Amino acid sequence: MENAKKLALHRKRKQFVEALFRSKMSLVGLAILVFFVLLAFVGPLLYDYDHQEYGAGEMLEPPSKAFLLGTDDLGRDVLGELIHGAKTSLIVGVLATLISMVIGTVVGISSGYFGGRIDAFLMRVTDAFLVLPWLPLMLVLAALLGSSLWNIVVVIGVTSWAGTARLARAQTLSVKERQFVERARSIGAGHVYIMRKKILPNVFPLIFSNTVLVSAVAILSETTLSFLGMGDVLRPSWGMMLHYAFEAGAVSVGAYWFFVPPGVCIILLVLGFAFLGHSFDEILNPALRRR
Amino acid sequence: MNSEYLLRKIFHSAITLFIVLIINYFLFRIMPGDPVSMIMRNPNANPSMLAQVKSLYGFDKPQLVQFAVYLRELVKGNFGMSFFYRQPVIDVIGSRLFATLVLAFAAEIVAIFLGILLGKIAAVRRGEPVDAAILGFSLVTYAMPTFWLGIVFIAFFCVHLGLFPTVGMYTSGVTFAGFADKAVDLAKHLFLPAVTLAVVIVGGYSMIMRSSLLDVLSEDYITTARAKGLSRRDVINRHAVPNARLPIITIIAINLGFMIAGALQVETVFSWPGIGRLMYEALKARDYPLLQGIFLIVSFCVILANFAADIMYGYLDPRIRY
Amino acid sequence: MKLLEVRNLKTYFDTREGVVRAVDDVSFSLEKGEAIGLVGESGCGKTTTALSVLQLLPKEGRIAGGEILLNGEDFAAKSEEELRKHRWRDVSIVFQGAMNALNPVMKVSRQIAEALLLHEELTEEEARRRVLALFDLVEISSSLVDCYPHEFSGGMRQRAMIAMALACGPKLIVGDEPTTALDVMVQAQILALLGKLRREFGMAMILITHDLSIVGANCDQVAVMYGGKVAEIGPVGKVLRNPCHPYTQRLLKAFPDIRGEREMVQSIPGFPPNLVTPPPGCRFSPRCDAAREICFSREPAMRCVEPGHEAACHFAEERS
Repeated sequence: MENAKKLALHRKRKQFVEALFRSKMSLVGLAILVFFVLLAFVGPLLYDYDHQEYGAGEMLEPPSKAFLLGTDDLGRDVLGELIHGAKTSLIVGVLATLISMVIGTVVGISSGYFGGRIDAFLMRVTDAFLVLPWLPLMLVLAALLGSSLWNIVVVIGVTSWAGTARLARAQTLSVKERQFVERARSIGAGHVYIMRKKILPNVFPLIFSNTVLVSAVAILSETTLSFLGMGDVLRPSWGMMLHYAFEAGAVSVGAYWFFVPPGVCIILLVLGFAFLGHSFDEILNPALRRR
Repeated sequence: MNSEYLLRKIFHSAITLFIVLIINYFLFRIMPGDPVSMIMRNPNANPSMLAQVKSLYGFDKPQLVQFAVYLRELVKGNFGMSFFYRQPVIDVIGSRLFATLVLAFAAEIVAIFLGILLGKIAAVRRGEPVDAAILGFSLVTYAMPTFWLGIVFIAFFCVHLGLFPTVGMYTSGVTFAGFADKAVDLAKHLFLPAVTLAVVIVGGYSMIMRSSLLDVLSEDYITTARAKGLSRRDVINRHAVPNARLPIITIIAINLGFMIAGALQVETVFSWPGIGRLMYEALKARDYPLLQGIFLIVSFCVILANFAADIMYGYLDPRIRY
Repeated sequence: MKLLEVRNLKTYFDTREGVVRAVDDVSFSLEKGEAIGLVGESGCGKTTTALSVLQLLPKEGRIAGGEILLNGEDFAAKSEEELRKHRWRDVSIVFQGAMNALNPVMKVSRQIAEALLLHEELTEEEARRRVLALFDLVEISSSLVDCYPHEFSGGMRQRAMIAMALACGPKLIVGDEPTTALDVMVQAQILALLGKLRREFGMAMILITHDLSIVGANCDQVAVMYGGKVAEIGPVGKVLRNPCHPYTQRLLKAFPDIRGEREMVQSIPGFPPNLVTPPPGCRFSPRCDAAREICFSREPAMRCVEPGHEAACHFAEERS
């Protein structure tokens, strides 16, 4: 019995991976993400750059052999900054999403499982978070907590869970009435046990693809917060690069090399997440698949 | 109109507003820089002064009473004083509202018009290269930070080509001969920020329009319209589009948060003297009362817009009877 | 000259799974004022056959062969532009479940007037008067003229649909399950109305249904379709009294209840064939009790069992 279950699970996983590799969109998304992960974690080992070293070159020097993407307003190598900044975006994207997913799943499943007043209350709170203008909220929170990488992670995490909660609730409602849940309840299983063992596994696939999409939003949020001056000054990040580029007037002197590359990297990374999330959705939730 | 539906919507909006107020209240209490801590920072402050200030602001009362006072003051329109401007928050915000409304309205009009058009083209030519191009455009603009697009536009159109002024709403230091001159100057300044904002939201609209139109095109009444002998263009424009347009209305309201985020960035980049720019300035100056006031007003607008969208939807879709 | 003559019609759908031969070599004809019933389970090609006449197929569909002669003109060879003038003027359609066949955000009167204005030189005022006359004809109160479809009951929507179909005085009217989803009383009323108006105006009709009893009461001819082909065709009286194709026999035995299809599928074990890779030989063979060896290898030709009555079964004569 246990073995057959494992085998079925194994087969499911294999089918999933195969489907993933069949879809062009997911391959492109995967390739982009692998590229940026390598850039973020292997790149710094191979490419020598010191974030604290000012004046390695002239100020706002255009691209040359010495500096392939030119220099920034403090004479730092833009390419080096770009490579070292990748890590920040990835870390924020993944961690903030994790927080968002945990909050969203817990709220959504409890709401759907318990129903009644708890449901009504949690859904009103969720609605409030859906409706609240998220960027101002993030800015207010970030200003309150102070700008550090971890605070930004928390701020993005606690403001972006509402959509996930809605999804988790809907799925929980449809799972709740199925037989195996009733059976577990009839043999006296506890609420937490049922939610964790019976409902979560059925809700997770839906959440998972949504989560990947949330990462895309989280990365954009980090960039925007940093650009608006709420970023971590001590860490290089693409958002901070754009912040400095804007503040230092790189735009008005037309120093494209300073502000175009980080933007392009952000777009690619966000697209990577969006592609992958979309493919997950198509594979894991075939009921939703249309056109 | 069914009053039950209306009441329920009002009730939901009221609860959401209440939750926003609670969040706002507590943020305000724990923010650094409330009046008391401002005075504590003053080296000449002594305990009796502190107690005096505390009682003046009602900080010695229980939280619930304080919350009630806070609500009462809000209803009276008292959002506190801006540290930076040394003016009531409500006045500071009021003076910036017009600029934001102009920008948001212009961008929204462009985006809706373009979004419906692009979505229509994509749906009608499903699977053709045009469809793929529109999809690509929508995806890339979705993935693009708004402020970055603004920066690139400024660098290219203003600095490189010199086509548009870079900052502000009007050319500074100029007295306009008449209303027409002023409007032309405004239009010049408005064009690029509005286009930037429109570009980042248009992708979403076109995708919604596309999928909604594809859904509609498979409906029976489309076959009826074709069977009647209508041309393809008339089938799409008279029968499909009016049905497919409905979801856009909801999306506009849901998107309002997105729109506000975009306006905030666009205003910052283009020095547009609106609420968004004001928020950025308030953040830089750590002007917390102003920040709070903006946050509250913006939230209130979003809640109101969502409510309005529900009502509008019912008006446009005769199937929904309140 | 016959009003409508469909010869060897082939309508295919190009899908990701392959080419679906939804209609494969279908022929039938119709005299002026005559009614033919197309009967069969869902997905057997009834609706596709009817929609092919006006080329109202979805994007993936195409007429792959055959002729559709209406008054001697080959509609299958006409371009979309040419056909538009004939649509609704010559052939109109009453769709099933009229809720979705009427545009939900357009007033019913507007939808009828639209057809009138398109095909006839009328002013708005004249069109409105005609709409009111049509409402009268199908016995809908003129007070409902400015209502939206959802404000109508199911039966009234179907009446409005019929009013719309009559608007331009067509020679042929296609009823695509016009009474499905209506309760029995309304069903009978609608069919009676349709029959009365048809005789009054001398219109021919193609009635698509899965209910043989409706065909018996309303049609002159019947074509039983299975898997995109005609299984049996002939005058209603002959076919119903003397069914020669096992599928027709099964259909007659399977008393369809008012809710229709679901019951029927149960009463004939198995499902209609996959039309991308249809079974070799007779398409009904996998579900046929009387199938013999030849049925699985050779496709049966149409056999004449009595004058005007044909069946596509190797053993049709044995059964007659």
